[in-house]
Amino acid sequence: MSENIFITEETIDGAADGPLAGQTVAVKDNISTASVRTTCGSAMLEEYVPPYDATVVTRLKEAGATIVGKANMDEFGMGTTNETSYFGSVDNPAAPGHVPGGSSGGSAAAVAAGKADLALGSDTGGSIRCPAAFCGVVGIKPTYGLVSRYGLVAYGNSLEQIGPFANSVEDAASLLEVIAGSDERDATTRADGDETTYADAATGDVDGLSIGIPTELLEGADEGVVETFWDAIGDLEDQGASTHDVSLPSVEHAVEAYYVIAMSEASSNLARFDGVRYGHSGGYDGNWNEAFSAARQEGFGDEVKRRILLGTYALSAGYHDKYYKKAQDARAWVKQDFDEALSDADVLASPTMPVPPFELGESLDDPLQMYLADANTVPVNLADLPAISVPAGETDGLPVGLQLVGPAFDERTLIRAASALE
Amino acid sequence: MSEDAVSSEEVRHVAELARVDLADDEVDRFTRQFADILEYFETLDEVPAVDREAPLANVMRPDEERESLDSEAALRNAPEPEDDYFKGPNVS
Repeated sequence: MSENIFITEETIDGAADGPLAGQTVAVKDNISTASVRTTCGSAMLEEYVPPYDATVVTRLKEAGATIVGKANMDEFGMGTTNETSYFGSVDNPAAPGHVPGGSSGGSAAAVAAGKADLALGSDTGGSIRCPAAFCGVVGIKPTYGLVSRYGLVAYGNSLEQIGPFANSVEDAASLLEVIAGSDERDATTRADGDETTYADAATGDVDGLSIGIPTELLEGADEGVVETFWDAIGDLEDQGASTHDVSLPSVEHAVEAYYVIAMSEASSNLARFDGVRYGHSGGYDGNWNEAFSAARQEGFGDEVKRRILLGTYALSAGYHDKYYKKAQDARAWVKQDFDEALSDADVLASPTMPVPPFELGESLDDPLQMYLADANTVPVNLADLPAISVPAGETDGLPVGLQLVGPAFDERTLIRAASALE
Repeated sequence: MSEDAVSSEEVRHVAELARVDLADDEVDRFTRQFADILEYFETLDEVPAVDREAPLANVMRPDEERESLDSEAALRNAPEPEDDYFKGPNVS
């Protein structure tokens, strides 16, 4: 396939009937599917076949959906462009020659290209919202704890959530409705959303809605992106929403806090790949440490090594207080800021990404510049809040996404507000 | 680049702790990149102390026997199983 959307194409049939009967779904390749290869976009897991389904996959099947393939992704979910996949980058169907965004780029591209009606991705620091914005589709990052992570190959447990992609807000909400809800296999899930419906919230009615606009998330953004964003906000105002500026001073430190925390968790989570129980072994001689280290050099790509090493450094004796502890302080500060801003507003709005989609190959050499592109999405994961990215228009023919952030477990308000932009 | 930029020896040491071998050119590249990234992380020094009263609770389930993977399923992805066991390299 020219766009390289799927790592594995495979039809997994669901139940004969259910709310998603007749719908096709692409599943990000870090979500376990029993008897179907799940690679995480890595040579390390090129041949790995999980013996069980992730809870979200079980729920998809029960809802009657047909899974059509495992979608390409940045290796282990680490990347903003989908160019760190061992299986090659994905071309953006909405903007050929450009990246689809990461790390759930294959999932967003599958929906944008019409290869699937719906898709599942995972979002640790923006990995659903970024590709949704770049591919011109809808993506929802649920509140932390709403959707089970059982069977999701962990990268940054305290930050990541599985969430839906679709061509419309209502369709994304229908998929969320299927996957949301507590799970005895994941003790971090909460019962708060168990009885909630989502699809019927897509009413398009924003009369009286109060929208806060964090000024910090517009600073430094691309001019065309900002213009498209304000046009969309104007559209919401015309429909009866009111807007006001809010300030979130903490977000200036969110990117560094996010990367310190995510890399620290990654260094621990990815220690399980030793090539003994599963994964690439390389067949090296020597003692455990020697064989293990050689297998990991071969099995992991650059970005994964970079994050494991930086995470190990941030947690090491002498640096723990300087980096990790400070990052947790910043995380608490971000939460506090969002709580205050959301006490005076129903939702907060910003551009999803401060830039339009990069050209393929444009951005690989400078990891720090790449990390900075996540400035508008990572604060939401640090605060455990729900967010949606909805298409806002285009700049120079490239898709621009608008992000709405709401209070914990208030996905319904996000869905209502986002549906007014369609 | 800050004064206490990371050295190539430190990168090698961390790689050893993380159990990832690095080729010489990887060490050079990561040393350069880590200097920039860690300097950026140092801006966390500007973060004020914030009260962190997260409402955390241990989540426990009853300690009951449950079905688990059978050994065939558990061993299916192991490159070198032996009888009903994973076979790994020597520990030392």
